Amino acid sequence: MEKSLIQRLLLSDTGSKVLTVVVVFFAFVVPALNLLTPVDSVLHISTYTVTLLGKYLCYALLALSVDLVWGYLGILSLGHGAFFALGGYAMGMYLMRQIGDRGVYGNPLLPDFMVFLNWDSLPWYWFGFDHFSMALLMMLVAPGLLAFVFGWLAFRSRVTGVYLSIMTQAMTYALMLTFFQNDFGFGGNNGLTDFKEILGFNLQDNTTRCALFFASAMALLAGYALCKYIAQSRLGSLVMAIRDSESRVRFMGYRDEHIKLFIFVVSALLAGVAGALYVPQVGIINPSEFAPLRSIELVIWVAIGGRGTLYGAVLGAFVVNYAKSFFTAWAPEAWLFILGSMFVFVTVFMPKGLVGLYNQISTRNTKNKSIKQSQANIEKS
Amino acid sequence: MKKLSLWSVLCVAMIAWSSSAFSDTIKVGVLHSLSGTMAISETTLKDTVLMMIEEQNKAGGLLGKQLEAVVVDPASDWPLFAEKMRELIEVHKVDVIFGCWTSVSRKSVLPVVEELNGLLFYPVQYEGEESSKNVFYTGAAPNQQAIPAVDYLMDGGVERWVLAGTDYVYPRTTNKILEAYLKLKGVDEKDIMINYTPFGHSDWQTIVSDIKQFGSAGKKTAVVSTINGDANVPFYKELGNQGMSAEDIPVVAFSVGEEELSGIDTAPLVGHLAAWNYFQNAESEENDKFIEAWQAFIGNEDRVTNDPMEATYIGFKMWAQAVTTAGTTEVDKVRPAMYGLEIPNLTGGTAVMNTNHHLSKPVLIGEIQDDGQFEIVWSTDGEVKGDAWTDYLPESALIVSDWADPAINCGNYNTETKKCSGQNY
Amino acid sequence: MERPFIITIKMLSKFTLILLLSSLLTGFSLAEEINNDAEMSFSELVASLTTKKFDQKAIIIKKIRQTEHQRSLTILSKLLDGKVYYKKDDKLVVIADIENKKATITNASTGEPLGEIAKKKLKKVGINNKLRRTLNLSIAQLSLADTDATVRKSAAVEMFKNMDDETSIILKQRLTVEKNKHVISALQTAISINQLNSPIHEEKIESIKALSDSLYPEVRVALKDLEKKLSSKTQTPKSQELLHAIDASLKKIESSVGIYKQIENIFFGISLGSVLLLIAVGLAITFGVMGVINMAHGEMLMLGAYTTYIIQLLLPNHIEYSILISIPTAFVFTGLVGIGIERGVIRFLYGRPLETLLATFGISLILQQAVRTLISPQNRAVSTPDWMSGSLEINPALSLTYNRLYIIIFALIVLAGLMLLLNKSKFGLQVRAVTQNRSMAKAMGIRTDWVDAFTFGLGSGIAGIAGVALSQLTNVGPNLGQAYIIDSFMVVVFGGVGNLWGTLFGAMTLGIANKYLEPFTGAVLAKIVVLVIIILFIQKRPRGMFALKGRSADN
Repeated sequence: MEKSLIQRLLLSDTGSKVLTVVVVFFAFVVPALNLLTPVDSVLHISTYTVTLLGKYLCYALLALSVDLVWGYLGILSLGHGAFFALGGYAMGMYLMRQIGDRGVYGNPLLPDFMVFLNWDSLPWYWFGFDHFSMALLMMLVAPGLLAFVFGWLAFRSRVTGVYLSIMTQAMTYALMLTFFQNDFGFGGNNGLTDFKEILGFNLQDNTTRCALFFASAMALLAGYALCKYIAQSRLGSLVMAIRDSESRVRFMGYRDEHIKLFIFVVSALLAGVAGALYVPQVGIINPSEFAPLRSIELVIWVAIGGRGTLYGAVLGAFVVNYAKSFFTAWAPEAWLFILGSMFVFVTVFMPKGLVGLYNQISTRNTKNKSIKQSQANIEKS
Repeated sequence: MKKLSLWSVLCVAMIAWSSSAFSDTIKVGVLHSLSGTMAISETTLKDTVLMMIEEQNKAGGLLGKQLEAVVVDPASDWPLFAEKMRELIEVHKVDVIFGCWTSVSRKSVLPVVEELNGLLFYPVQYEGEESSKNVFYTGAAPNQQAIPAVDYLMDGGVERWVLAGTDYVYPRTTNKILEAYLKLKGVDEKDIMINYTPFGHSDWQTIVSDIKQFGSAGKKTAVVSTINGDANVPFYKELGNQGMSAEDIPVVAFSVGEEELSGIDTAPLVGHLAAWNYFQNAESEENDKFIEAWQAFIGNEDRVTNDPMEATYIGFKMWAQAVTTAGTTEVDKVRPAMYGLEIPNLTGGTAVMNTNHHLSKPVLIGEIQDDGQFEIVWSTDGEVKGDAWTDYLPESALIVSDWADPAINCGNYNTETKKCSGQNY
Repeated sequence: MERPFIITIKMLSKFTLILLLSSLLTGFSLAEEINNDAEMSFSELVASLTTKKFDQKAIIIKKIRQTEHQRSLTILSKLLDGKVYYKKDDKLVVIADIENKKATITNASTGEPLGEIAKKKLKKVGINNKLRRTLNLSIAQLSLADTDATVRKSAAVEMFKNMDDETSIILKQRLTVEKNKHVISALQTAISINQLNSPIHEEKIESIKALSDSLYPEVRVALKDLEKKLSSKTQTPKSQELLHAIDASLKKIESSVGIYKQIENIFFGISLGSVLLLIAVGLAITFGVMGVINMAHGEMLMLGAYTTYIIQLLLPNHIEYSILISIPTAFVFTGLVGIGIERGVIRFLYGRPLETLLATFGISLILQQAVRTLISPQNRAVSTPDWMSGSLEINPALSLTYNRLYIIIFALIVLAGLMLLLNKSKFGLQVRAVTQNRSMAKAMGIRTDWVDAFTFGLGSGIAGIAGVALSQLTNVGPNLGQAYIIDSFMVVVFGGVGNLWGTLFGAMTLGIANKYLEPFTGAVLAKIVVLVIIILFIQKRPRGMFALKGRSADN
């Protein structure tokens, strides 16, 4: 039977099915329960929960992008936070320009921090950001270009393995230091904040929040479908072949560096989109998003969920971040112990992550079942 | 399908948790980092709030109810500050929040606390240029720390200035104000050296050597340091080792207090200065009581007190009194009750809350002693009123803040255009 | 009877209404204040140190110096050290040595021992920076005839700032009896500085020329002052000649200062390099040799630094030796922690190098929070022993700080020791065998699991002793490790994984490059530029500067 594209991408296996159903369910139910039920109702979902889940959805998309390069291509990037942050800055710049003359100093052209640092005109790289289309473009171009240049240099000269990982770390670290500088024109340590509206809609309005939440859910699904599409294509087979034995692929005549570069850039674009959706929901973007430790954290989400499965990455992003949100309130003094032990435990005892654990249990069950079945068959005969 | 059930459990837990029922206590939110880079400074303030709550409860609570602390850990992660602020107000329904240290964390929570009409007490010296309806600033504004310190040094004959800071908004702003102020006082541009370093900068050899050279030009030189937290220890160590003594080139710091000194070997630092609104060495009965209570609460006789702790103390006392006056914890009633409140501060005078949400406090200058304390060498005659918008920068000089005057009722009123900008409500 | 009287004055002076009266009263109170002309005995002067007014104290200090009493020097230097107190009850001025809230006191003016007293009963005689300057000058004047030549020299140097004809005469007298050549040159410089203001033209010229060999900053200031003064007046042939002489002297001084500045910069670079070397060399073992991406390496540094803190806490009276004791202690302690981590976690992960990153990251979070919980979230004070503080003064324009000097030496010793261990010992042989071919090594009868554990322990232990060194430079706090982890990875990767020479090369290059960039770009940009250089460099040499060759390097 010929399957439709959607079926093939989103409903091909149990994990994808569950993911699709849950995300679609959430995408409709959460905004509905937030907007339509009265505040004191049992069914009401608070705005806090909406923004929290919205944030997790963006993280999930980011985790997908990491899984694409790590789980499928075998490149451990310790700098994916940089692409995320660049996408975020692109959106942040647009939101900054939307403030207009409602800033602290009431300057119609310059954001507050520029008025304050005595800038008399907008630097050239801020031009055009009063249009949403520019933000849309730049949230793809900025991370894409960075990934292209970095990847082109690195893959061409065959920097691999640990060296590549450490270089991605150096890249995001250098960007963090750069963006921390106040003279650089991106607001320094304070970053971009105090956003008012997006496309004319008030950001503090629950409807806008729910719309952003819905958009994030859809972006996650689209991103998932895209990754799945790549994974299932002929290119996907090559990608996994590179992961398993790069030199063999090269000797078969494929230009492995082009394939790597393509996947790396696609992944950076996904991360950029995630960042752009993240910023209006949390209300701030600042250089600490570039911090190397944050990028390591993303890799851990993927590892905990289970790499190389895509839905595992999504699950990992949700589990780790929910654990973080929960424990920072429930056990503020001890949450790092819990989180740290979780990381150690998962890597040592669950090399395939939570998804792997589930598969292990279910295959054991089916094995047990089939053994019993065969025993029963034997008894019957 | 197992995953689905896990999800639904999570969902239900979250929903149940978010609709936790009202209880008969007054909830006080504490939003200070307990992990990450800022934990060094902020854990102390968390403990201070807990101590104040305990004392208040012993004295019978407020409005006949007990106070209950809700402590969360924003983990020095700025977006997490906003999330936790929303959690405190929306989920835990706290009546007031004491929290934040860095400017970026305050900027991050600002839209949330304004949207949800919360009440935040911010206890740290900062760069000013802000006055929110929902925030009371109990730390020093630049005119309560930087300007008096420079005046003091100028009286001592300093003619050449090094403004050294960490590259973020507080030092940038303070140095900008100071530069304008120094030029106003006739200091030549050539006699001002400005230097910025990244967070946590640890190799100060070149910079200290440059300062030494800058200071050997014959004119008396001083360093005004807005170097933040972690970078201070290596900075002072390098000063000591390169033999730059306080008699030759004194360093006046705005971010180094007793707490920071307790992590430094102070012997080489004797004589360097700090400007604050409070020193542990201040002589007053309230201060002795406070120090004793603090050391008993923390169970350590050597634990020091510092300026942000006093700011937390004043903020808490004022809030408690305002709640008593208003007879409710409702933000809209407590806020007006705050204006004009007078609380004895720990250095002997009284602190007054002004209608621009900043305090009037005395300014003290202390010299570091070898026991890690400050010898108070100078203080302002009376209290200095905290200025939300500095007078020394052209674009801020026009702006005033007054939340009590019905004609203004704004934190951001431009006296020229008669307009109020940058407000979220 | 006096106290209530003073209070009345204070209160009255607040009522500005009675301006006249109050000024009258302050006039009265002046009678008990000390002015420059008052004749007072030594013991009276010491007793009056209890005043709260700093300008009064300044006069008293000058007078104490002028009495040239045999105890003048003692009291002034004790005052500078902050050891002069007075008893709260009878206001007796004493010199106190305080230990554990108890003070051993001696009478300040007679030197008679007075036994022990609780610290609470004493109040310190406070001083400020102005007084410190006065004290330094007074002490310098009193110690020109000290038995120690270095004291005499620094006394002479102290005079530079405050030269007048009177002092010049005293110095000239001293010069007739002085034997030490360093002291003589300092005295001559001081006299020459004063001669710059001499009315006689030839003397001026002579002193300008004499000063051209002096690198003291005060000399430059004095010359520049004179230059400014001369050029503002109308030019005469004589003043022209003076200006030329000054110009020549200044040029000469500045060119040699410039050379010393360069030497200083190289020293800064090497010292930064050796810090990088120390922090990276442990990682060169755990990461470079064993292939474990050890994110907990920073926390090993932190544990080493905390060991120093604990040792100082346990032995508060032996700060001088604490560092020396800490080095082996930290090595053993962090080494054991390392072995624990290896046995508990990492041994399950061999063959999965990238996953060691995740597990060790978890461990680093746990260790950080453990320190916060068990010790304190605040930074801890680690004192610097006297032999490590201050600087080695080569000349007035160049001095090298002792702590940096020792750290450079220490880093090189550690590196050399480690190389010896790896290349010459049986253990080193086994380590190299295991890393090159694990199964073959096993087949040869090497207990690979023990070698793994001890290698990891060795790397961690070295990180621990690096932490001891860091405790002398920076904060000892829970964040210490995070501040250095990225730098140490950069150094190892830049130099080439698995090669200690590479680590040395990487550390020194990055250190010196950083210090040479810093004057042009500032500290922040220098760091960014260095990172970009590393990224580009790795494109040229994908396996670092000193790459391992052969089959084992393939994967």
